[in-house]
Amino acid sequence: MFIVKYRKFFFALSALVIGLSFFAMLTKGFNAGIDFKGGSIIEVSYEARPDFENLKQALDGAGFADARVQMAGDKDVMVKTRSLSEADRQALTTALSLGGTLQMEEKRFSSIGPTIGKELRSKAWLAIVMVILGIVLFIAYAFRHVSEPISSWKYGAITTFTLLHDIIVPAGVFVWLGKEVDTLFVVALLSIMGVSVHDTIVVFDRIRENLKLKISNDFMTTVGTSLRQTFTRSINTSLTVMIVLATLFFFGPASTKDFSLILWIGIAIGTYSSVFIASPLLVELEKRQNRG
Amino acid sequence: MWKTRFGALLLLIIGAGVGYFIYASEPKLHEGKTVYGQAFSEKFPFKLGLDLSGGVQLLYKADVSSVKPTEVKAAMDSLRDVIERRINTFGVSEPIVQIEEKGGITGPVEERLIVELPGITDVKRAVEMIGQTPKLEFMTERSKAELEAYNNAVEKFKADQAAGKPLVIPAELLAGPYVPTELNGRFLERAVLEFDATTREPIVSIVFNNEGSDLFAKITKENIGKTVAIYLDRDLGNSEPISAPVVREAIVGGKAQITGQFTAAEAKTLVGRLNSGALPVDKLELLSTQTISAPLGAKALAAGITAALWGLVIVAGFLILWYRLPGVVATVALAIYVVLMLALFKFFHITMTSAGIAGFILSIGMAVDANILIFERTKEELRKGHGVHDAVREGFDRAWTSIRDSNISSIITAIILFWFGTSLIKGFALTFGLGVIVSMFSAITISRVLLFALPFKGHGSIVRALFGSGFFKLK
Repeated sequence: MFIVKYRKFFFALSALVIGLSFFAMLTKGFNAGIDFKGGSIIEVSYEARPDFENLKQALDGAGFADARVQMAGDKDVMVKTRSLSEADRQALTTALSLGGTLQMEEKRFSSIGPTIGKELRSKAWLAIVMVILGIVLFIAYAFRHVSEPISSWKYGAITTFTLLHDIIVPAGVFVWLGKEVDTLFVVALLSIMGVSVHDTIVVFDRIRENLKLKISNDFMTTVGTSLRQTFTRSINTSLTVMIVLATLFFFGPASTKDFSLILWIGIAIGTYSSVFIASPLLVELEKRQNRG
Repeated sequence: MWKTRFGALLLLIIGAGVGYFIYASEPKLHEGKTVYGQAFSEKFPFKLGLDLSGGVQLLYKADVSSVKPTEVKAAMDSLRDVIERRINTFGVSEPIVQIEEKGGITGPVEERLIVELPGITDVKRAVEMIGQTPKLEFMTERSKAELEAYNNAVEKFKADQAAGKPLVIPAELLAGPYVPTELNGRFLERAVLEFDATTREPIVSIVFNNEGSDLFAKITKENIGKTVAIYLDRDLGNSEPISAPVVREAIVGGKAQITGQFTAAEAKTLVGRLNSGALPVDKLELLSTQTISAPLGAKALAAGITAALWGLVIVAGFLILWYRLPGVVATVALAIYVVLMLALFKFFHITMTSAGIAGFILSIGMAVDANILIFERTKEELRKGHGVHDAVREGFDRAWTSIRDSNISSIITAIILFWFGTSLIKGFALTFGLGVIVSMFSAITISRVLLFALPFKGHGSIVRALFGSGFFKLK
């Protein structure tokens, strides 16, 4: 199949995209959300919204000089600042209502202490590592009977590589867009891993079956045939998942918009990698093994 | 064949029944009109998380440094009870007060208290109510000499005051007539208002825990004939004891009664204060606050439902257009999957959050995957020239390993996510994981039975058209 034949092109493409993602992460850095670094966010809705300057002045006066003020919609204002105690929060709302002179409704308030932020951060890393580990072990187990022409742990290794590929790229895109990295972002990455493996397994499973059936003596042909056989399924499944994620993005709650966006990107990349990267990599490994 | 058809009919009836149950249980769905079975089904409402219902979530760290390690659990349990009692005065419909032990893997062990108040947005009052840590102390009289000195000081002070002399507050006066004991609110299990059987006088009964009982027995034994003063928030400036009953005898067994000249109302207040004073930990520190206004929550909920409905409609449309007859079967299976999931949310009181709805919506997409795998496989078998029946059977058998292996990896992810869990993520992991399991069932059982029940055999051109897919024509 052409995908296997021109695999070097797809490898190069992925290498380039991964390189760009790392470049984005290194130069722009992650924009950590308040749940990872601690801090607070308040969203208020005014009857008649004051000017940005007035708000900024009021906040400066009340000791919130570091606050970042964002206007949203026609009536709403979002303010991000350090983590606040209850007394601080009251001072903040007073400042936002310009000393009680303006009618406003507090739509949302979150304050997360630095301890919680630190805890969530380390837990997020731990969860990512554990998901990868769990999946690799499972794949190595599921493919334990497949040892010809390449051994089962290589399937596991390639799956891991694909996993990393599938989370690095969406993460890079998010950093590039300057989006906030919060708990839901990590959940999205972990879900992408689940779905990505899902895809890779379906293709590998077909290769496993075709190897058993000995449809060809040539590994490359076997992989190519398996890819062709699972191609429609890969596209259709991803399409349905991407459809529901698109409805979530367009119609769903504001709080899960970024979440559905990153999942959408991740699923697209995941489908691409399971077809264009994972199986061709198997062929590449087999070729190298035979050569030397 | 007839057995399969009977099974298929049964599945459809069950699916419709579960669907009706969901319909009857949500008054909004039938515009408030009473429908059959409503009384029963309404006992299982959807449980909405704070981000959908609006409300306050407060996360506290409990300082338990002066509690013995073996008693931390008991202390936290009674802390939860105390906070629950305080919150009940708020009149919140379904408050959640949870204790949580954090750490071990990611840091030192920390005792946490999570308080969720749906529908409340007055954070100020909530924080005041919970955060105040009234301190209840039991104190005994000073020694005779010291007490004399104190009384003299009081006399002198009063005399000076009457004579208009410059006021000097002597140290004895500041120290007060009582000395602290080890006994404090931490050892109080509860206080109850009772009435004397004969005189109808109000009595405040207090019950100590085991350790408290021993301390109380010791204190009463050493202070027969004297008063034991009960102070509330002495260090906040309440210099008068809330009660100073005279000890008549040594009290063993951890039960004591405070009688005195108080009205039933006063006694009731005292009981309330005693109970609220019995905060069994040293300090509560507010770690995080989250507030969502009710309209914002309602908006998020409506948006989530809209997204789920659109997702379902578009996916169903895609399935039917692409896979034709099997697509119709998959759509029916998907519908049954959705009502089953909703029923599970209701039965197991799974809290719905916006992340949970996202997980559910994602699982709708994943649920279809098993069907797609099976149908693609069936089509291959049809191409090889098998009859529909055999092709469908082969399709199911051969797709099974893929479905199993790929779903196991999703379940692994869901389990780890659940463990990772803040309540937000737990909601996602639970709906997603449950969705994967239920969808596996719905794809391989429901779709299978329904497909086999269809009256098609062989591979005539109509059958081929019905079972074909996409833009391709089966040869």
